[in-house]
Amino acid sequence: MGAVDVQRQAPNVERMVQLGAEVVPVKSGDRTLRAAIDEAFRDWVSDPDGSYYLLGSAVGPHPYPLLVRELQSVIGREARAQFIERTGGLPDAVFACVGGGSNAIGLFHPLVADETVDLIGIEAGGRSARLGDNSATLATGRPGVLHGSYSLLLQDDNGQVQETHSISAGLDYPGVGPEHALLQAIGRVSYESVTDDEALDALRECCRAEGILPAIESAHALAGARRWAQANAGKKVLIGLSGRGDKDMPTLSQVFAGAQKILDGAAA
Amino acid sequence: MTTRPTGVPHERITAAIRQTTEAGRTALVPYLTAGYPAKDQFTATVKAIATEVDVVEIGVPFSDPMADGVTIQRASHSAIAAGVSLRWILSELTNAGPFDAPLVLMSYLNPLLNFGYRELAEAAIPAGVCGFIVPDLPIEESADLRAALDARGLALIQLVTPATPPERLSMLCTASRGFIYAVTVTGITGGARELPAEVTGYLDRVRSLTRLPVCAGFGVRRAEQVQKLAPHTDGVVVGSALVEQLEAGADPVAFLRELRPL
Repeated sequence: MGAVDVQRQAPNVERMVQLGAEVVPVKSGDRTLRAAIDEAFRDWVSDPDGSYYLLGSAVGPHPYPLLVRELQSVIGREARAQFIERTGGLPDAVFACVGGGSNAIGLFHPLVADETVDLIGIEAGGRSARLGDNSATLATGRPGVLHGSYSLLLQDDNGQVQETHSISAGLDYPGVGPEHALLQAIGRVSYESVTDDEALDALRECCRAEGILPAIESAHALAGARRWAQANAGKKVLIGLSGRGDKDMPTLSQVFAGAQKILDGAAA
Repeated sequence: MTTRPTGVPHERITAAIRQTTEAGRTALVPYLTAGYPAKDQFTATVKAIATEVDVVEIGVPFSDPMADGVTIQRASHSAIAAGVSLRWILSELTNAGPFDAPLVLMSYLNPLLNFGYRELAEAAIPAGVCGFIVPDLPIEESADLRAALDARGLALIQLVTPATPPERLSMLCTASRGFIYAVTVTGITGGARELPAEVTGYLDRVRSLTRLPVCAGFGVRRAEQVQKLAPHTDGVVVGSALVEQLEAGADPVAFLRELRPL
C-alpha cells in the first residue's frame, strides 16, 4: 500500500495487521495506489512462481479487469433483484463512485442491458479541474497505456502519467478500468465528478440522516446522486455504498476536527 | 565528420553485433537513461560510449517504469523532472549524430503512443535510432507499432525470459529483429543477486531457436559475469551498473573497457 494511503487509512491497515497480514508501505513514486501497483508488479515478476498476484481494482492487464468485474458483479445482481422486489421495477438512475472503477463496474454490469436505467459514475473532482488537482480521468484524460491496459489516462503531452489528488485514497488513481472508457465511449454510462468538499458534505448528511458513516469514496456517489435527484424529483435512485468510513477516520478527524473542538472547548 | 550510415536499420544492429562476435569477442550493449545525470552531457556521453561498444541502448524516461529497479527508477524520475522527453531525445540525437554505433531506444509504450507511431518511425531515422525495445508491449498487441517500424526497416526487439514457455519463445525469436534480448532473471533491472546457475542452459536454448544474435541482460554488472556468459551469448546488456557509474561521475568508457577485456 502506498505510504500516503497507509497513513490516511490507518484503521484499515491496523485491522489487516491484526488479522495477520504483512503490509508493506510503498515509498517510491507518488506513494499512493499507482505506486503500489507499480511495486506489486515488480514483486510479482521478480518471483513469478512464489507470488500470487491479485489486483483489487478493475485495472491492469487482461484478464484482471474482467476477473474483478465478474467477482464484483454480485453487488449489481443482488441490488437489481432486491430493487425489483422492493419497488416493483428497475431504478431510474444508478450511481457509483469511480477511481479504478471496481465497485462501479460490479454495480453497473448487470444493469447495462436495462436500457431505461441511467448509469452514472462519479469521479473525484478533488480541489479543482486543473491537471494534478483531481482524479477525474474519464472527464479530462486522453487514451494511453498504464499497468498493461489501454484506457483513458491523466497524462501530459509526452505521455508521462501525472500525479493526482483526491481526498479519498481509493479514487486517487490517474487511470480507470478500460471497460469504463468503453462504456463512456459508446454512451451507455455517463461520468460526472464531484469535489472533495461536495463529497464531505454528502458524507456528513448521510451520517446525520441514516446513522451510516460511508467511505469518502462512496460519499462521492452520494453527492452525485443528490445533485441528480434535485433536478429529477420523484425518480427512483440506486446508490452503491461501496465502503465503510471508519477506515477514513484519520482524514475525517483532520478535516472536521470534532474531537479536538470538544477538547478545546473543555479546556477553555 | 563521419557520413550518416546507410542500409536497413535493423540489419545494422545485427551486423554490428556479428562483426564483434566473428572477431571472437562478446558484443557490448550498454544502457543509459537519456539526459541523466546531466541533460547537457547526453549526446557527448552517447558519442563517447558509441566508440567503445557495438550498440547503444538509450532509455526514454517514463513516470511508471514497472520493469526497472531502483537505479533506473531514480534516473527516470530525475530525467523527467529535468524536462527530458522523447521529442527532446530524438532532436538532440539528430543534431549531434552520426554516432559510431547503431542506437536503440528502450521505452515503455505510452510515450511512443503519444508521439504517434508513424511520426516516430520517421523521426528515428535521422536520429540514428535503428530499433526499439518496449518492455510493456506483449507481441499480441504489437501489430500497429510493428507495422510502422517495419515500414522504415526499424527493429522491434523482443524480450524473452527464463519463464517464457517454449512455444512462445519460438514465436518471439521469429518475430524479433536486430537481436533477441534474453532477460537473465525473472525480475526487474538492476538486481544485485548473482546470475542464476541455470542461465547458461537457458541462453543456449534461446540461441538454438534463432539466427539473430542473442544479448543477455538484467543483473549483468561485472567482468567475471561477462566472462561466464560469453560462451553462451553473443552479447551482454549492461544498464543499472553503467547508470550508477555515470551517477558517480566515473568515466563510462573506462568502465565498459574493464567489463569486456580484449
